[in-house]
Amino acid sequence: MKEPRVTSLWTYANPKKFIETTDKLLPWVAMLALICLVTGLIWGFFFTPDDYRQGATVKIIYIHVPSALMAINAWLMMLVASLVWIVRRHHVSALAARAAAPVGLVMTLIALATGAIWGQPMWGTWWAWDPRLTSFLVLTLFYFGYIALWAAIENDDTAADLTSILCLVGSVFAVLSRYAVNFWNQGLHQGASLSLDEKENVADVFYHPLLVSIAGFVLLFIALVLLRTRTEIRARRTRALLARERMN
Amino acid sequence: MPDLGKYADTVLAAYAVSLVLILGLVLISVIRSTRVKKQLEAVDKKVKSDG
Repeated sequence: MKEPRVTSLWTYANPKKFIETTDKLLPWVAMLALICLVTGLIWGFFFTPDDYRQGATVKIIYIHVPSALMAINAWLMMLVASLVWIVRRHHVSALAARAAAPVGLVMTLIALATGAIWGQPMWGTWWAWDPRLTSFLVLTLFYFGYIALWAAIENDDTAADLTSILCLVGSVFAVLSRYAVNFWNQGLHQGASLSLDEKENVADVFYHPLLVSIAGFVLLFIALVLLRTRTEIRARRTRALLARERMN
Repeated sequence: MPDLGKYADTVLAAYAVSLVLILGLVLISVIRSTRVKKQLEAVDKKVKSDG
């Protein structure tokens, strides 16, 4: 009797297989991302009421919360990919981590910018050295450092090794950014907007479009990382072919 | 357009900054992807023709 063929996850660590698979996957993910983003943002912007305390500024939540969520989770995805590189030496995982960094950085910048814009009328200041804001700023600096380190080292494997270590260290700040409000019960930033505790969670009227918007940001992140990983794989292959040409 | 009252500038600025950053990132990613793909095809062709 023929045994059923089980495809290992590691099959996708093969660059050729990764590109073949994402050829089919990428248009669907990109389309879904666009649908969710447009729906979530239009729903939130046009069809939700003002908050009784924050007025119309509550509409910023549909960008601020998803981008902050992705800023932290992008780094955690980079951490997993870096660990896979350190343990199993799969090039695609190192390149996926490299591909995710600029996306994570842009999410962090959006979260910081919208937070400052929102904070000005609500807190009376653009910036405060609050635990969450400060750990987020440090995370931003880690993103810049990570991207700069990849760019500074010519040998891809050495760059992957060193950036993986940097990613491990930076993960402390990614976790701090998420839980800073809980660790230090001080500062201006409020607790989590999404919570299992009904009293803490935002009202349903804001919650549902927020969920759609978060789905849009998650899918946008996946689509961009897939696209950029394909680019990194091709760029690496180009460098390898050129190096081989020079040696002949 | 909803009535954003005295916070119109705040809300619109937040959306504008975010959309510019997202669209910029998407645009840069797509342009680089196309450029690198073409580069690889050209190098591949050259390597094959050189034997």
